[in-house]
Parts: sequence; C-alpha cells; structure tokens
Amino acid sequence: MKFGKKSKVNVAIPTTSMPDIIFMLLIFFMVATVFKQYSGLKVSLPDAVKIQKIAGSKRHVVTIWVDRNNQVVCDDINVKKMSDLRQVVYQKMVADPQIKIALKIDKDVDMGIVNDVHQELRKASALNVYYFAIPGGEL
Amino acid sequence: MLLGKKKEKDVEIPSASLSDIVFLLLIFFLVTTSIDTEKGLDLVLPPPGDTEVKIPKENLANMLVNAQGQVLLDGEIIEINEISRIVREKIQANPNLVISLKTDKETRYEDYVHVLDQLKEAEAKKISIAEPDED
Repeated sequence: MKFGKKSKVNVAIPTTSMPDIIFMLLIFFMVATVFKQYSGLKVSLPDAVKIQKIAGSKRHVVTIWVDRNNQVVCDDINVKKMSDLRQVVYQKMVADPQIKIALKIDKDVDMGIVNDVHQELRKASALNVYYFAIPGGEL
Repeated sequence: MLLGKKKEKDVEIPSASLSDIVFLLLIFFLVTTSIDTEKGLDLVLPPPGDTEVKIPKENLANMLVNAQGQVLLDGEIIEINEISRIVREKIQANPNLVISLKTDKETRYEDYVHVLDQLKEAEAKKISIAEPDED
C-alpha cells in the first residue's frame, strides 16, 4: 500500500492579471481619498438611532468640535471667543455656499453652549447642520 | 551622405517594475484613506433674524427638556423613550403639528440628541428649536 501519493497537478495561481487588479484598487483609493482631515478635539459623541450620512460629498462639510471643556474648534481654526465663530463660518460659506455643518459635540456639554453655536451658525446663514452621533441606543 | 539614418536601438520603457510602483502607490493611498462611517442627525436651523412666525395654538406642541433630562410635553412629564409613540399619535391626529423644542441652559447635549432622535423616529418633520429663556 502506498501512502502519501502525490498527484502532479500544477497548482500555481495565475499572476499575470495581478497588476491590473492592483491598478483597479489604486484608482478606487485615489478617488475615495480626501486630503483634508483635521484631527479636531477629542469628544465622546452621544448615541442615536435615526442617523444618516451627510448627503453629498465630504468636500462640502465643515466640522465644528466642542469638547467637554467648552473648547470650540472649526476645522483647523481654534475659536477662542464664541462671537468669532460667525466670521469663521461666514468666510467658509462665501468660499463654498453649499457647505454643511457637522457638529461633533461631547455628550456632556451643556445646551447653553450648543445654543450659542446655533445662534452663531444662524447669523452666518449656515443652516444645514448634522449632529454627529454614534449608532446605538434604544428607542 | 546618409541623412535620417535610423539607429536600430531598442527604446522600450522597462515595465517589469511597474507593478511594484503601483503597489507602493496603492499602499500609500490605503494608509491615508479614512473612509468615514460617521453619521448624524440632520436639522435645518431657522434663518437669521427675529422673524416670528405665528403658529396657531392648536398646531403647536411645547416640549421642554430640563437640566435633569426630564421631558415636559404640553404640561405632562413623559419619559424620553415614550416621546416617539406620543408624538406619532399627536402627528396622526394633526399633521400640521409643529414641535417646539426648548431646552434649559444646563440640559446635557446627550439628552437633547436623544429627544431629537425620538422626534425623528416619530417622523416629525416640523421641529422648531426655541431659544432658551434668558435669566
């Protein structure tokens, strides 16, 4: 009886089309990449259920962070006084009128601050806001 | 004299290392890409200026959220997870209902998002964010 009889079948994976596949992946990632990521502030977002993606491209999104020490950052600008936020957002609005505001606010922030942010955004005519939240929670 | 004498030289670009270069580029873009999975609750703020829109009393539901996260809807204390059911019933009874959401200065943002989430769940389209009263 012969054990371990090896069949002589050629089992090489064809690699001729590998560069094409890599090219496809490369083009996908090149198109999907947006080189405008601000590190922002460290916030722990609240949870919500009925959340949705921001309609349109990420290129038209301005992010405002508010952390639990009531520090406000708009994209890469540190907003020291709340009344400066209006000017910062207004300038972004002039450069690109279709911007949307992504609000990344810590869940322990008081509504007084959030309302101040609302008022500043209204004065800058930036009315489309998204309250960022992590999926979860129960209804 | 021979003009335009062509040299028979091989002028092909070597393409053997092409896949290596593409691989490097691929790895670079793989590392730099951050595919956003973050999502949020959308809301449209009222336009600037104190334009008071008169809403008939019967089309208005007042919702108050206090600093302890308690919710008062038209004078009744309700639980946060009851909001969607109650508001849905109210909207079915009156499709023109506007929900006026008012918060305290010290209300936690988390409670506000939970209330807003409940209103979205109840398919409330007309949500008005009232300014908090000045002390």
